[in-house]
Amino acid sequence: MPAGVPGGPRAPYRSPLLPPLDPAAAAVELADVSFAYDARMILKGITMVIPRGKVVAIMGSSGSGKTTILRLIGGQLKPLSGSIRVAGQSVPDLDRDALYELRRKFGMLFQFGALFTDMDVFENIAFPLREHTSLPEELVRDLVLMKLNAVGLRGAAGLMPSELSGGMARRVALARAIALDPMLVMYDEPFAGLDPISLGVVGQLIRRLNQALGITSVIVTHDVYESLKIVDYLYFVSEGRIVAAGTPAEVRASSDPFVRQFIDGEEDGPVPFHYPASSYREALFSDAG
Amino acid sequence: MPADALGMVGNRIRAIGASAIGAIARLGHASRFLIAILVHSPGAFRRLHLTIREIYFAGVLSLVIILVSGLFVGMVLALQGYDVLVRYGSAESLGVLVALSLVREMGPVVAGLLFASRAGSAITAEIGLMKATEQLSAMEMMAVDPLARVVAPRFWGGVISMPLVAALFSTMGVYGGYLVGVRLIGIDAGSFWGQMQSAVDFRQDIVNGIIKSVVFGVAVSLIAVFEGYYSKPTAEGVSSATTRTVVVSSLAILALDFVLTVFMFRGVR
Repeated sequence: MPAGVPGGPRAPYRSPLLPPLDPAAAAVELADVSFAYDARMILKGITMVIPRGKVVAIMGSSGSGKTTILRLIGGQLKPLSGSIRVAGQSVPDLDRDALYELRRKFGMLFQFGALFTDMDVFENIAFPLREHTSLPEELVRDLVLMKLNAVGLRGAAGLMPSELSGGMARRVALARAIALDPMLVMYDEPFAGLDPISLGVVGQLIRRLNQALGITSVIVTHDVYESLKIVDYLYFVSEGRIVAAGTPAEVRASSDPFVRQFIDGEEDGPVPFHYPASSYREALFSDAG
Repeated sequence: MPADALGMVGNRIRAIGASAIGAIARLGHASRFLIAILVHSPGAFRRLHLTIREIYFAGVLSLVIILVSGLFVGMVLALQGYDVLVRYGSAESLGVLVALSLVREMGPVVAGLLFASRAGSAITAEIGLMKATEQLSAMEMMAVDPLARVVAPRFWGGVISMPLVAALFSTMGVYGGYLVGVRLIGIDAGSFWGQMQSAVDFRQDIVNGIIKSVVFGVAVSLIAVFEGYYSKPTAEGVSSATTRTVVVSSLAILALDFVLTVFMFRGVR
């Protein structure tokens, strides 16, 4: 597996083991995308392709810029440079109405679900249906129950978000994300803070729904074991750059130091244990302080 | 050292200048936010149940504190007013004093301050928490504009509720004045109500009081939704935004009250 793409090549970063991607088959394309919060560079020339109908994970340590990539794809942030295309449309160039039109084809699962706390489970899932359709109430009810059944929580329709466990809240948020049968679902840390059973359930739901509904899934996570079980392809992001990518089989066999550190959970390596600082000896023996 | 002292003075002046510029920039930002709310308001009114729900939360749920406070303020006004009026042999004018104080000033101002503390802080905390828990981002990603769905109904809920709670405050205050003046002290009920009826002018006193409470309602509601929407998405951020809502709203009410009083009651009687 080759190392990353420092400086950001123009061509999409690809594993040499994968067959060439058909551009028409790409649901999402990022080319040489850079982004900064004020003067702090978050992304430095990210190039990636997310093919239609696949489950793709974007992995990296906390603060590496993974969630920023999702926000750029969703049009919540605008890049400093580079292009972002979703379903052939350039997201940064869309006006508000066009962006909202495109977002109707998205589903997004936020880190802790982001369920509306003043609505029960049923109303949370009915929310996008009521906002964007004028379906009769009976049909809304049937659709909500179908979505809830798909995530195994039909019996929880009347509960409030505060009455749900972390895993249940994540599943309700997943049901809400697929309420309008989107073409693309983005998952922001879907496994964070879940017990092993809930984690497995959510992981398998993501995979099953992806296949059953023919959607494209982008998962931002740092849970490497769960991701390797369910994804078709992985990108590794570190310090705003893609440093490695590949299929689960390639990743497991990889000798890339970053990938190894990430999979084996080593405390030191390409991602250093220590935050950059002056010499320890100098700090201890200096007169200052 | 003179150079150091000069430097300190310079820094102080610079800091004052920076905070003044910051305050003006924030005022401009809030004005643009108000325009954005007005642009999104037709959508909010189309789904009237959202605004009615906010009138319930901002207005109806504030009623206990408003009514109880109004009653006590009216009773205290009557006690204090009687003490002064009786020295000049004008105790029969107690009803006028209580009514004019409440309708012109105390009603809109005290109800506004209570409204800012009870409803304004709740609006800021709710919107701020929705932001901190990514509910607003979730809405945006569902192609639903939070300005139309969350902010505009809460703004209008506050604007509509404020004059109503101010009117109820004044009503309870007048009743409190009646309880103390007529029932406790023993002023003639006919004089109490009769003088009040002849001295309180509908256009000059009541309408101006209503105008004041509407202006305070706009100010408090705008400050509450603005602070919530632009709060830092952390526990500390929401907490300080809530505090700012109460402090800024209270100062705004007092400052606006002075300006409005200058224009409304200059040269009256």
